[in-house]
Amino acid sequence: MAVTRRQFMKVSAAGLAASSVGALGFMGAGEGLAAGVRPYRLEKATETRNTCPYCAVACGVLVYSSSEGTKDGKAKVIHIEGDSDNPINRGTLCARGAASLGFANSPNRLQYPMHRKPGSDKFERVSWDFAMERIAKLAKEDRDKNFITKNRDGVTVNRWLTTGFFAGSSCSNEAGYLTYKAIRSTGILALEDQARI
Amino acid sequence: MTNSWNDIKNADVVLIMGGNAAEAHPCGFKWVVEAKANNGAKLIVVDPRFTRSAAVSDLYAPIRPGTDIAFLSGLMRYLLGNGKIHQEYVKSFTNASYIVKEGFKFEDGLFTGYDESKKNYVDRSTWDYEFDEQGMAKVDETLQNPRCAINLLKAHVERYTPEMVERICGTPKDKFLKVCELIATTANGERSMTSLYALGWTQHTTGAQNIRSMAMIQLLLGNMGIPGGGVNALRGHSNVQGITDFALLSTSTPGYLVLPTEKETTYADYMKSRGFKPIRPGQTSFWQNYGKFFVSQQKSLFGAAATKENDWAYDYLPKFDTAYDVLKMVDMMAGGQMNGLFCQGLNVMMAAPNKAKVQAGLSKLKWLVIIDPLETETAHFWENHGEFNNVDPKAIQTEVFQLPTTAYAEDEGSFTNSSRVIQWHWKAVDGPGESRSDIQIIADLHSRLRALYSKEGGAFPDPIVNTTWNYAKPAHPDPVELLKEINGYALADLPDPADPSKVMLKAGQLLPGFAVMRDDGTTSGACWIYTGVYTEAGNMAMRRDASDPTGLGIHPNWGFSWPANRRILYNRASADPAGKAWSERKKYITWNGSRWVGGDVPDYAPTVAPDKSVGPFIMNQEGTARLFSRTAMPDGPFPEHYEPMDAFIVNPLHPKVTTNPVVRVFAADTKSFGTPDKFPIVATSYRLAEHFHYWTKNVHDNAVVQPEMFVEMGERLAKAKGIKNGDWVEVSSQRGMIKAKASVSKRIRPIMVDGKPCDVVGLPIHYGFIGLTRKSYPLNTLTPPVGDASTNTPEYKAFLVDVKKTTPPASQPAVA
Amino acid sequence: MSVMQALDLRRRSASSVPAPAAGKPAAVPVAKLIDVSKCIGCKACQTACLEWNQLDQPIGYTDGTYNNPTDLTTASWTVMRYTEYEHGDDLEWLIRKDGCMHCDDPGCLKACPAPGAIVQYTNGIVDFISDNCIGCGYCVKGCPFNIPRISQVTSKAYKCTLCSDRVVVGQAPACAKACPTQAIYFGTKEDMIAHAGKRITDLKSRGYQNAGLYNPPGVNGTHVMYVLQHADKPSLYAGLPDNPQISPLVGIWKGVMKPLSLAAIAFAGAFGLMHYVTKGPNRVTEHDEEKAAEVAGSEKA
Repeated sequence: MAVTRRQFMKVSAAGLAASSVGALGFMGAGEGLAAGVRPYRLEKATETRNTCPYCAVACGVLVYSSSEGTKDGKAKVIHIEGDSDNPINRGTLCARGAASLGFANSPNRLQYPMHRKPGSDKFERVSWDFAMERIAKLAKEDRDKNFITKNRDGVTVNRWLTTGFFAGSSCSNEAGYLTYKAIRSTGILALEDQARI
Repeated sequence: MTNSWNDIKNADVVLIMGGNAAEAHPCGFKWVVEAKANNGAKLIVVDPRFTRSAAVSDLYAPIRPGTDIAFLSGLMRYLLGNGKIHQEYVKSFTNASYIVKEGFKFEDGLFTGYDESKKNYVDRSTWDYEFDEQGMAKVDETLQNPRCAINLLKAHVERYTPEMVERICGTPKDKFLKVCELIATTANGERSMTSLYALGWTQHTTGAQNIRSMAMIQLLLGNMGIPGGGVNALRGHSNVQGITDFALLSTSTPGYLVLPTEKETTYADYMKSRGFKPIRPGQTSFWQNYGKFFVSQQKSLFGAAATKENDWAYDYLPKFDTAYDVLKMVDMMAGGQMNGLFCQGLNVMMAAPNKAKVQAGLSKLKWLVIIDPLETETAHFWENHGEFNNVDPKAIQTEVFQLPTTAYAEDEGSFTNSSRVIQWHWKAVDGPGESRSDIQIIADLHSRLRALYSKEGGAFPDPIVNTTWNYAKPAHPDPVELLKEINGYALADLPDPADPSKVMLKAGQLLPGFAVMRDDGTTSGACWIYTGVYTEAGNMAMRRDASDPTGLGIHPNWGFSWPANRRILYNRASADPAGKAWSERKKYITWNGSRWVGGDVPDYAPTVAPDKSVGPFIMNQEGTARLFSRTAMPDGPFPEHYEPMDAFIVNPLHPKVTTNPVVRVFAADTKSFGTPDKFPIVATSYRLAEHFHYWTKNVHDNAVVQPEMFVEMGERLAKAKGIKNGDWVEVSSQRGMIKAKASVSKRIRPIMVDGKPCDVVGLPIHYGFIGLTRKSYPLNTLTPPVGDASTNTPEYKAFLVDVKKTTPPASQPAVA
Repeated sequence: MSVMQALDLRRRSASSVPAPAAGKPAAVPVAKLIDVSKCIGCKACQTACLEWNQLDQPIGYTDGTYNNPTDLTTASWTVMRYTEYEHGDDLEWLIRKDGCMHCDDPGCLKACPAPGAIVQYTNGIVDFISDNCIGCGYCVKGCPFNIPRISQVTSKAYKCTLCSDRVVVGQAPACAKACPTQAIYFGTKEDMIAHAGKRITDLKSRGYQNAGLYNPPGVNGTHVMYVLQHADKPSLYAGLPDNPQISPLVGIWKGVMKPLSLAAIAFAGAFGLMHYVTKGPNRVTEHDEEKAAEVAGSEKA
């Protein structure tokens, strides 16, 4: 969701004490600046509205991205700050949100599907197709072997107890619903999210 | 949250207890500061530690971890004993006047119906009202009957004198009374108090009862449904509210419906206990619509395969015998009863108590699938990290997959925040490397399983091969398609109830709200409380109109707040029985002579006049809120103080029943609890403002501002143990040992409990052996594998340890 | 043009500034107001500063306090300082965001011998211009608040810029924008003083009889001000100077040295004099000074 220059200025102004805006006066990025002042680094960035990934205050954030200078020509996130239009956080962010650029670009982000063989001391890179095919096979094998159609009293229970699923509580509603659908349809009961922990 | 983040600004008193909003939710805490600066509000913080919330409080009171019910019961005693309750509210809007059954009793720490051998209240029949011939609960409007709920409550809390509170909680009597006095100033319609809590209340063996205590207090004060009031759970993850709404939980289905038990063999059986008929004349009892929500959900999940003839595919749902929550899952893994596990963004190696047990459990799995944007301890549980995770990879036969996911900035969709507001977010960039969205990964898994079951057959393929999957791109459903499916559609032309000759909604149109849902298979909708989020008018979660016409912080056109875009729940209670605002200051929803009006969506039938005496708590069969909870809570209709499982003292109220009598303890864990002779110090765990769970230890700047594990302790304990700031300390519990640097502080106040000094230490949860922060022993090495009697939420907030000075871990320098 | 106004120079180290063109309206002084009574010490300002200014602060160790990093560095331009203040049975946790105060009469600039290495804009912001910095460390000695830090790697001085690059386009500094509780306000100095007045009234109503504004006259006021609960005792707040002043000897020294060329400062005597006359914490090591002298010498050559 790109924003116009006018919106950008409005957002900017919201970061200031309201009564000060008129008095200060300002102009857009990219126009002449006094020597020594660093050029405003978001001038050519794309602004996208998003929600902070951490706690459930759900602060609005502006994600600034740019492909300038990236090796693969793909856009990267270069800065994140609060969305002043959002009535919940009004542009503010906490120590986590204000540093969330470092999450998007963390050196500990996973890049590729990895596989650790039984007894091995390392992960090895594999293809998505290999990983997903093997996981589906393992899951079906376990389900077919251990699925309980009827309990001791002969009541239909249709449950699968030997595989569990911990659901991510930072997935979107849409991902969460799809997960519910896919997982419940297998008969899994050992299903848990982050609500307790 | 019953109220919203923005609504906190309307409070006159803010109570932070069982949480630490300034550190865990700084931007939500903004509204506390706003209430202080612009509404003259007073902030009270009750916490074992003088936290960063306390730093800006007007009144701080220390408390021993795990004794909140004693404190809150003492507060109830103060309010009831001093006439500091909102009399008319209590009389009209709660079950204060309802007559409780003759047989109900509380004696020696136990309510009636307890079976010692089963460690459970097997007979809860006395936990109920007296009913008349019509099945209506009997009441005594004069409140004279000693069996009235409020009189039983008075008798129940009578034991919690300020002296008893001090003896159990360690809170000095004068501080306790100051807190009571300030809270009592809101026992009228003029002023309101908001309660902000989080895991500091839930993570106890009495967790749900902690929160219930506060709900009762807010009812006594008349603070429910009121601007600046409510009981507000400040939730942890960005979408833990949404994921809970969608029931990624063992025994629930979306929208707070309940999965059938194995005793409910047919749909008719299942619905028998879900009749929810009113038990007072003329009440709404909204759950009477249960069948409409359930059938619409089955139609979303299974489409044409869910028919009236097959009980709406009732047998496609697994039937449970017991809850398979995190503690149960870890117990099963450790007992070799599980073969496979998926961890989608949940780092169970850090998040579940008793790390040694989790480690053993993961090691017994045949396979483990990690779906995560980050490196986690769980993914690396088999890897040797010296003393922090001392394992032999060769001995661990678990096959592990690590699947990289995109994160928030790299996909689109909606999150539901703590105050139920659903907000859309847009994609900024592609994820790193070959990462894929959770939607794509789950769709891929389902598609492969479905193909395998279609081709080869196998155990009960029906629900898998019949799950609705009519997406434009089956391998990659669009979030917009999914939100529409969640909202629900008319599956046939729906007639207008007012004039059946007219069509209200054509087949294929999106439902405007859950009120139009039906139980005859002509509507779908996966999660009834979300219906209205995506209508023919568009995606309401995308709305970005920040205007606030009333100035009360409602922002009705920003996103969509479930249910029905309502921002304050139970808001009918903001008006007196006649429909007039309790006060001009707190005016919110009122009766204008023909309908209920105000800045928010009324939580009530919009045109039902006040003289119909329909109660404001429409979800309850009574129409009123419950001071006496009937059978809903497994550990009793009234809250009672029980010691944590690692008990610091013998319970002075009933020495024979020290801990919660209905807590579930697995056979493998009976020796897992510590005693004060070996572990004489009370520990509590907590979160820091600088970190989010186990994620931000992977973020450079967060690692900079809080780089390393520490243990916070008071000066009295440090002096006794010869420990100085920055010294390495060994902290041990019955479950294990960790090392951490000492943080000696005046902020842990020296308290006396039951006549002896009680020292408290605090331990942040964030550090582990993966990440950019200094390597550390995971804190859950120490925590007990036991949970709340109601919810099985682990008891992370109160356990026993010992501390002593020690040498640094091999990989860490002695001095920074 | 308003921006150019805002960033017209008022002062420039070791050089004079041309008078503003006739008819140009005066720039409006700005200020950041830090309300300690609203501060929860969450460090949002710290991470927002690190992120916006792309500072690469190495990950350290904990010393058992919440002060991380434990002090200002060349890559940490602001840090929180936590003080546990016990009186009677009561405890207060005073949390002060430390960083450049942007003195109206900046001691660093006055002490700086390198032309244009330190500038003050007409809006009051004091900025270090790295290209002109010789790393001599005089700014450290001239600063009554012990703020600038000299890099061992680049031999340049660093400190908070008040996000001059944001202010110039009408954005609040990164710390003020982020601050969850609006403990950090940014606007015209006049507005900030008025706002502080309201906050002080509120604090007095809550029993803080000595609440007040910290805008020390010894440096002609600052463009970063504090609202303090105990304005009668600023030093309670992790040693905030009670009455900060530029050492009078900075003025004397400048008077003597001004006619001389930059080369003059390479004389050991000048360094010795400065070392002798300045007081207070001094984080610049002898090694740094030698290095700075070498740099100054080589640059002259």
